[in-house]
Amino acid sequence: MAEPRRKPNLVKTKVPMPAQDPQVRIKNFDEVALGYTPEQAVEEARRCLRCKEPRCVQGCPVNVKIPEFIMLIEEGKFLEAYYKILETNNLPAICGRVCPQENQCEKHCLRGEKGEPVAIGRLERFAADYAASCGEPRHEPTNPAPPKGKVAVVGSGPAGLTCAADLAKMGYQVTVFEAFHTPGGVLVYGIPEFRLPKRVVQREIDNLKKLGVEIQTNMVIGKILSVDELFSEGYDAIFIGTGAGLPQFLRIPGENLNGVFSANEFLTRINLMRAYRFPEYDTPIKIGRRVAVIGGGNVAMDAARCALRLGAAKVYIVYRRSEEEMPARREEIHHAREEGVEFKLLTNPVRILGDDNGWVKGLECVTMELGEPDASGRRRPVPKPGSEHCLEVETVIIAIGTTPNPLIANTTPGLELTKFGGIVVDEATGQTSRPGIFAGGDSVTGAATVILAMGAGKRAAKAIDAYLAARR
Amino acid sequence: VNRIVKKKVLAPAVKLIEVENHLIAKKAQPGQFVILRVHEKGERIPLTISDYDREKGTVTIIFQEVGKTTTLLGRLEEGDRILDLVGPLGKPTHLEGLQRVVVVGGGLGTALVFSQVKELHRRGTKVDCIIGARNKDLIILEEEIKPYCANLYIATDDGSKGHKGFVTDVLKRLLDEGNRYDRAIAVGPLIMMKVVSNLTRQYGLPTVVSMNPIMVDGTGMCGCCRLTVGGQTKFACVDGPEFDGHLVDFDEVIKRTAMYREEEKTAMELLQRSLKEGV
Ligand SMILES: Cc1cc2nc3c(=O)[nH]c(=O)nc-3n(C[C@H](O)[C@H](O)[C@H](O)COP(=O)(O)OP(=O)(O)OC[C@H]3O[C@@H](n4cnc5c(N)ncnc54)[C@H](O)[C@@H]3O)c2cc1C
Ligand SMILES: Cc1cc2nc3c(=O)[nH]c(=O)nc-3n(C[C@H](O)[C@H](O)[C@H](O)COP(=O)(O)OP(=O)(O)OC[C@H]3O[C@@H](n4cnc5c(N)ncnc54)[C@H](O)[C@@H]3O)c2cc1C
Ligand code: SF4
Ligand code: SF4
Ligand code: FES
Ligand SMILES: [Mg+2]
Repeated sequence: MAEPRRKPNLVKTKVPMPAQDPQVRIKNFDEVALGYTPEQAVEEARRCLRCKEPRCVQGCPVNVKIPEFIMLIEEGKFLEAYYKILETNNLPAICGRVCPQENQCEKHCLRGEKGEPVAIGRLERFAADYAASCGEPRHEPTNPAPPKGKVAVVGSGPAGLTCAADLAKMGYQVTVFEAFHTPGGVLVYGIPEFRLPKRVVQREIDNLKKLGVEIQTNMVIGKILSVDELFSEGYDAIFIGTGAGLPQFLRIPGENLNGVFSANEFLTRINLMRAYRFPEYDTPIKIGRRVAVIGGGNVAMDAARCALRLGAAKVYIVYRRSEEEMPARREEIHHAREEGVEFKLLTNPVRILGDDNGWVKGLECVTMELGEPDASGRRRPVPKPGSEHCLEVETVIIAIGTTPNPLIANTTPGLELTKFGGIVVDEATGQTSRPGIFAGGDSVTGAATVILAMGAGKRAAKAIDAYLAARR
Repeated sequence: VNRIVKKKVLAPAVKLIEVENHLIAKKAQPGQFVILRVHEKGERIPLTISDYDREKGTVTIIFQEVGKTTTLLGRLEEGDRILDLVGPLGKPTHLEGLQRVVVVGGGLGTALVFSQVKELHRRGTKVDCIIGARNKDLIILEEEIKPYCANLYIATDDGSKGHKGFVTDVLKRLLDEGNRYDRAIAVGPLIMMKVVSNLTRQYGLPTVVSMNPIMVDGTGMCGCCRLTVGGQTKFACVDGPEFDGHLVDFDEVIKRTAMYREEEKTAMELLQRSLKEGV
């Protein structure tokens, strides 16, 4: 039976993503992007050219089978599409929402040469949300008893969750140790509800538990138990996915004034502790009428947009380079701008000014000019003489980056580290300088992305399996 | 885990609870603290581990009901569980090589130095202890701490027990009388630790204070607990909570701990209203 010839949808632009109106959404913490309807998803899926050698797949760090799953969507086989994605990516609802697709899968999409690429991320999200709406019937094999071995996973961010899931599927008994009272890592304490609803993360945690993974919260490894004690407790191998949680400060005068937050503190209070619902929730947060967020990454955009939602009348992003150099996802910059965040580019803070009671009252800045390229190839900003000026703000949020927490390293003898405190590993396996200890995600690379952390968790799971198989 | 096995009221609004948690009890050392949460919508608050029993697998916490979370904690009874308990956090106290030490505990501070006094005694250090409070009803743990002290002095603001006045008056007298110590340890309200530090500085007596800024995670990831020590920013939860009292910028910490006064008041008022309606 000859198939009717398929005619792809040749419209140059993506099917637009339905979103909450900017004026409405800055008054709530509900998700901004609402997701495709089945009709919209099929229409967008029809834009895919089903390339024989799909370049999009190479752009994805975990090589999601993109044309295959998009074809299934086009055919209306939404659950099958979800299973196809799951073959290589166990957190599609999350990646579909927060991956920097424009630098990964979509960057390489053929359709991107003339017009917009296929909206791969949105389709991925659609498939995952559809599956969730059907009660998420995942067909995972039940574990063959007895387990092949015991593995401890330290940290429950995307790296740890992925590593744990893969190991559980291979038949290992896995325990995840998490320092906070809620698992999820940056997905719960960092990325805000309006970008990644916490129920989506919870779903993934529940799936993990269905695989038989035990999650122990309130366990700060290095304090309550050291890595070596985990070995003596009977774990055969250990994966470290503790992220890069240590906030950097600017080391400028006034940083300890009331009203100055690290982005970590600000976002943790809001996302993990739900301070935006104080006094229903007990954790308080203070927000000034005017707010300056220092930095140009996703973290800065998230902090700025949270500040607006808490009721700030004016929110500035203060960034010392130009917009092109901003590491934030384009979509986040766009959303922030739509919501009214004002960008102070080529602006560098030099001092935070306080009033007599120790509260912030302003941020002194200088204007920067772009000079010679530095080691990273980006033109180095240099201060313009006589350009000092002051932004009147009551809150300053510092979002200039984080480094790995030294706790594990300080309590694990023989673990080799890089200069910035990252754990040294063999890239292909995640093997550290200590036998039986593997690591991946931000704890190795410094602050990076969800999908890279997941990829590292996957590679480590494979390597742990090989390591333990060799010992059996 | 986290079951309250014993509860005792030490003074009005000051309660002691002994909580089952084998792992924390096994690791706890003097000077360390836990962070806990009492209900699903609750905040995280730090409390010092004032004693531990490795055999029974329990840690003892002594707290003063000053706001919503401590009030809710105080309403838990024996047999109840604490929702989340994490620790032991912070650096342990260093108590090695000390011949003679003076310990100053103000108000609740007495509870917080208790495990240190015990440990010093065990190591053969001679301890002079000065404990103070507003009045005699607020003096806690006097009988419990006495056996571990060479001398125990008491000061109350109103003179209802011991010296009438401040703990620092007693400390000054001891120093002026020519008592020599290797170290002073001061734990209590910020203002008391500041005054003690200013006094001991004049005598060149090294002084350790236990700082209690506002905390969230207690593991170094938020920076909320930062303070200035000797011109450098430190995180109390990982670099402390104990610091050299002569180097701490007390005024800054005092301002920072007042950051959420309004919200704390709101939370407490709402709680009191609902407790009144509920009971
Ligand atoms: C605000 C914000 C926005 C972001 N937005 C994006 C985005 O849009 N897209 C994107 O791809 N990436 C984004 N990122 C980056 C991304 O979230 C991280 O790269 C990713 O989460 C790293 O995963 P991980 O598993 O290595 O570590 P994490 O997610 O950091 O998880 C580490 C976990 O380990 C726990 N832990 C740490 N120490 C211990 C210990 N000693 N014992 C036990 N547990 C411990 C921590 O509590 C945490 O739960 C964002 C990051 C932030 C902060
Ligand atoms: C390392 C450390 C050890 C401590 N040990 C003890 C102890 O053993 N016994 C005891 O009674 N108290 C102790 N405290 C103080 C205790 O944490 C606060 O009294 C408690 O958080 C008050 O909470 P609340 O909701 O009942 O009162 P609130 O009305 O919310 O606050 C009252 C005051 O407590 C402080 N505070 C509020 N929230 C926090 C927070 N998240 N972290 C730290 N301080 C806060 C502020 O100064 C505030 O003004 C310790 C604090 C620290 C940092
Ligand atoms: S996981 Fe991320 S990079 Fe890979 S296909 Fe999905 S959205 Fe693209
Ligand atoms: S490159 Fe673009 S058009 Fe080609 S298969 Fe991938 S998504 Fe489809
Ligand atoms: S409490 Fe967060 S860093 Fe100390
Ligand atoms: Mg409180």
